[in-house]
Formats: sequence, structure tokens, C-alpha cells
Amino acid sequence: MLQLDQLTVRQGAFELVADVTMRAPITALVGPSGAGKSTLLNVIAGFIPPNSGRALWRGQDVTALPPAKRPVAMLFQDNNLFAHLDIGRNLALALTRKRPTSAERSQIAEALARVGLPDVEARKPSELSGGQQSRVALARVLLQARPLMLLDEPFAALGPALKHEMLDLVAEVASEKNLQVIMVSHDPQDAARIASEAAVVAEGTVAPPIPTQALLRDPPPALARYLGTG
Amino acid sequence: MAQRALPITTALLVAGMVILPVTAVLWRGGGPGALGPAEWAALRFTLWQAAVSAALSVALAVPVARGLARRDFPGRGTLIALMGAPFILPVIVAILGLLAVFGGSGLVNRVGAPLGAPRLDIYGYHGVILAHVFFNLPLAVRLLLQGWLDIPAERFRLAAALDAPIWRVLEWPMLRRVCPGAFAVIFVICLGSFAVALTLGGGPRATTVELAIYQAFRFDFDLGKAATLAALQLVLGLAAGAFALRVAPSGGFGIGLDRQRDRWDGATPMARAADGLWITFAAAFLLLPLLSVAVAGLPGLAQMPAEVWSAAARSLALALGATTLTLALALPLLTAPGETAALLGIAVSGLVLGTGYFLLLQPLIRPGDVALPVTMLVNALMALPFVIRILRPGLESARADCGRLAAALGLSGWRLWRIVYLPRLRRPLGFAAGLTAALSMGDLGVITLFADGDNATLPLQIYRLMGSYQMEAARAAALLLLVLSLGLFWGFDRGGRANAAA
Repeated sequence: MLQLDQLTVRQGAFELVADVTMRAPITALVGPSGAGKSTLLNVIAGFIPPNSGRALWRGQDVTALPPAKRPVAMLFQDNNLFAHLDIGRNLALALTRKRPTSAERSQIAEALARVGLPDVEARKPSELSGGQQSRVALARVLLQARPLMLLDEPFAALGPALKHEMLDLVAEVASEKNLQVIMVSHDPQDAARIASEAAVVAEGTVAPPIPTQALLRDPPPALARYLGTG
Repeated sequence: MAQRALPITTALLVAGMVILPVTAVLWRGGGPGALGPAEWAALRFTLWQAAVSAALSVALAVPVARGLARRDFPGRGTLIALMGAPFILPVIVAILGLLAVFGGSGLVNRVGAPLGAPRLDIYGYHGVILAHVFFNLPLAVRLLLQGWLDIPAERFRLAAALDAPIWRVLEWPMLRRVCPGAFAVIFVICLGSFAVALTLGGGPRATTVELAIYQAFRFDFDLGKAATLAALQLVLGLAAGAFALRVAPSGGFGIGLDRQRDRWDGATPMARAADGLWITFAAAFLLLPLLSVAVAGLPGLAQMPAEVWSAAARSLALALGATTLTLALALPLLTAPGETAALLGIAVSGLVLGTGYFLLLQPLIRPGDVALPVTMLVNALMALPFVIRILRPGLESARADCGRLAAALGLSGWRLWRIVYLPRLRRPLGFAAGLTAALSMGDLGVITLFADGDNATLPLQIYRLMGSYQMEAARAAALLLLVLSLGLFWGFDRGGRANAAA
């Protein structure tokens, strides 16, 4: 359960206030571009410090923690892997700073097998397709083993079929490992596909999450304008 | 904040290493009242030769760059790449090459004499200017070519569609914008010219301020006078540096100059012939001296004096030491304030720094004993601004790309550098190291103030051989120096490229 308590972030003239609690296994943040969806994820992950307010994970204040110490693992839009390191090295960094032990190596192999991409440890990210790179990035998040997974539209560059496949895979592993997921999406269909609840981010505030189907059936004015149905 | 302490310490260290000797120079040098007629003459000549060299380089570069901008021919890319070579070419090697072509018994005189042409004498102010044009014409061509390539292709299409005169509507306005900056950069470079004036100039009519510093040291043993001249050179360098910063064009290293634009003008036989002639002239002017060093040096290689080999070994050690020192200083300084601290060094010439260190050290230690360490330090300070300029964009893009991922994985400090930044910076690191090593290998500056009998670097050894008219040995040693300098550059640059994943 992630609780945002009067969390405020300002960047120039832009201001976003979030005072919501996210409980659903998968919550989608929807809204027009530039409304601050990605900014909010970056605040939750600890990359952007909030101007005021608190973020609480299962009742514990995490506002002051550095990114690596948060209960959070994030899939970015791009640069989810170090391009100069092979897949094995990339994934090992999620576990250790030293040479991975044989136990850790089998953990890595297991994670790769789970995302459907076994035996690619020796390859460089550039030798993999976009979809395969997404799978490795997901494996990295699994190895980080944090209870909260954040998705900042990591599959936006993939084709529709591949994107749906990846979203389904995320939903699968998240329920398997009992992870909570918060995802940013500019496409309501993505949200409807895997997120049980959705929160509208628009006009400087984050609305409380409500069931996704209900939201899409009867969108509030700001979302309706964005969807072109208003 | 241990993270911040290292950059701040390094910035203070670098600033101190520049400011300390400069203070010594100013303290010892006295005010402008200490300048005699000879010093004023040196100042006048310095300004005059720099202005003439810069004007000639830019004027000659206009037709050459224009030809390169609108013609395509096999070897065009190679020729443009070669235009970057003078930056790492040891001055003394170029001088020997120019002597072989334009000297008393050089190519031009040998061809010209039977035809009744007047005998060309390279020693004196015209030799100084010739050498400066040799070094800076390629730079001017690259800067102007960049200007040409920055004209959007759509404009050429529009002009062609309207049948508008390209020169008047596109090229002349571009040149008016780019030429002043190119002139300023070359003017500043020529102001600090020492090795060229040392070898080709001299005498009351061709002595630069930097050469006068050297003469005050070597001939008059007058440290006060040397300090006064160094203070003068310092003021000159700072004023010129401030001026150049205001008008300087960006992107002197110009990447992507081998593009070529579709054009619809200049298709007449006359225009083709003119472009061809200018490009041939520039290529010959650049390549003939280098080729003649190679050709003239070969026969002497086998019987080079032993001093040459020991000087070469010293120079190699010096170049590698200076490279290590430069990179060690540069890595913590890859920030905007760090770049400013390092820029201090570029406005102050190596000879001024050398004079300052001499003044500081001479009461404590025999200057000859510290010739190599001081040269290494000054070389590092001189190379530092270039190295930082080369590395900073790479580090910034690495930060932008990998910063969040690294933070998410908890990588910081030395680990972040070892695992992420250094591997990402391999290419620019290799290039920067190659540049520093080649510059240090070929440098003939501070060492001339400090060296005595048995601690000469290879460039100084070549200068001494020339002074004692052992031209055969000098040419062979110049070939060795050329091979070592280019080899160092190539080796480091290559090392940065090999298996470097993007």
C-alpha cells in the first residue's frame, strides 16, 4: 500500500499535488501528456525530491530515502540496461557489487527463464531486439526484488502485439511474486488490460484511484477531453 | 560531502598551479615602466605577425574551403581528416619539412633557380609567417568548411530554384559571420608562438615576446627582464583570450565534416578548374613538407647519435607522464566550474608558466634537475582545457542516460565511475589521451628554459642538432619524433575505439 500524503512537487510554473492512497495490485496513472504522470513516478522512486509532503510505504515514511534504499524498482522509458555491459553483468548489478557467486548466477538464469529469454547472459543489449531488451529489463526488476514496481511506459516503443504480451507478462509475474505495480500510460487500453484501478492525473492534482472500467465508462471532464470523448 | 571534496580540491590545485607561478612573474616583473625599446619592438612584431598570419590563413582558406564544400572526389574525406593533423604535429618536425621545401637548398629554390626565380630565404619574418600559415591554414579551412556545411541544404535548393547568386545570398553572409571568429582564434594561437620564432625568427625584426623571454634567460641571464616580458605576454594572452572567447566559432574539432552538400552552382569548367587548383595547392602545401621529412629522414635513421635515442626515451616517459597527470586532473574536473578552473591555463602561455616556476624553484634547486617534472606539469596544464572539453559531453550524456538506473541500483562514487562512466567514456578518453601524449611529445617550450647538458627532450635535441648544422641527424630525429607522436596518438585513440560498444 502506497500512501502519498500532501505530496507536492514544483518545477517552474508546473505544480502537482498528490494526496491519495494506492492499494490495488496494479494501479494505472492516466491523463494528458505533460500532466505530471512520469514526474510523479520519479518522485515515488526518489529521483526527484518533493517540495513538501510525504510518501509512505506500508505505513513507513520513505520520503528521505535515496532511490536504491527504497522498496521500489522502476522500468524506465529507455536506458533500462547499461549498453556497454553484457546481460549477465547488467543483471548481476541488481544483486551484488562483486563477481556473482554461482548461487547468484543461477538466480539470474532463473529470472531470464521466467521472462522467456534463457541463455542470453553473454550478449550485449544491442544484440537483442527491442522486445527482448524489455524482457531483460523486467528480469532486472525481478532480481531487485522490491515490493513496488513502477512502469514509466517502458514498452511504448514496441508494436501493439508485443506491448500486450509484455504487459501480460508483467501482470503475471507481479501476482506471482506478490508485487504492487504502479504504471504510467497514455493509452487507456493498456490500463484497461491489466490495471484494476486507475487514477487520473490532470490539472495539477492526482485523483483517488477508482476501478478502471468505471473510469473509462464515465470519464471525468479532464480525461474525457484527453480521450476525445467529451 | 566526500563526493564534492575531490572536485573542489582538484580545482583549487589546478588554479594554484597556474596562479602561483603567475604571481611570481608579476611580483618579479615590475610594471610597464620596466619595458625598454627592445621589448616594445618584440610586442609590435608579435602583434603584427599574428595579424598577418591570421589574415593570410583565413583569406587562403576561403577558396579552399569553398572547393571542399562543393566538390566530391576520392580522398576528400582523408584530406579533410589530415587538416586536423597539424594540431598534433610537433612544430620542430614541420619546421624541418618547411626548410626542406622552402629553405636555402630546398625544393622551391632548386626548381626556381634555373628558371631565374629570385632566391627565397625562409629565415626571418616571412619564415615565421609561412610556418604560421602552414599550421593554421588547415584550421581555418576546417572552421570555414563547418560554416559552409552549416548552411541548410534547403537554402541551396531555394537559391537554385530562384536562380539566385549563391555567393551573394548565402556564402558571403556566412563568411562575414564565421571569418572574424576564425581570425581571432588563429591570431591568439600565433601570439603565443614560440618554437616557430625560435627556429625561423630571431634578430630585432623577427623576435616575438615569447622568444624574447627565452633570450633573456639564455643570452642575458636576466631573470628580472624575463619576468617583465612574461608579465607582458600574460597581459597579451589574457586580453586576446577574452577577445577570442567573445568571437570564437564553436566546434573547432568539427565532427562530420566529410558530409557533402548537393549544389547546383559552380558547374562551369572555369569554376571546376579553380576549385581543383585551390584544393591541390592546399594539399601540396600541407603534404609536401611532411613527405620531405619522411624522405629526408630515412637515410639518417641508421646512424643517429646516441643522444637522440636517450632523448627519445625521455620524451616518451614525459609524454606518458603528462598524459597520466592530465587525465588524473581532468576526471574530477568534468563540471562547468572545473572547466573554468582549467581554462585559466589556456590564457597563460607555457613559457610564462615556465618562467614563473623557474623563479619559484631556482632559489631552492638547480633548475636543470627539475626540467622534466616542470615540463610535464606545464604540458598537463596546457592540455587540460582541451581534454575537459573533449570529455565533458560524453560524461554528461552518460549521466543523462544512466544516471537514474545507476541510482536505482545504488551505484555511486568510485564504483559508479568504474562500472559505468569510464567504460562509457572510452572513446573520448582514448582520443584525449592521444592528443595529450602527442602534444607533450612534440612540445618545444618550457624545456628550453630548464634543460641543461643531459636532460634534453627529443624536440630540443633536434633543435640542438639544427643549431650545430647536423641537418642529416636532425632530419632523421625529426622522422623519429613524427613517428612517435603520431604513433602515440594513434595508439591511444585506437585503444579507445577497439571493441568499444556504443
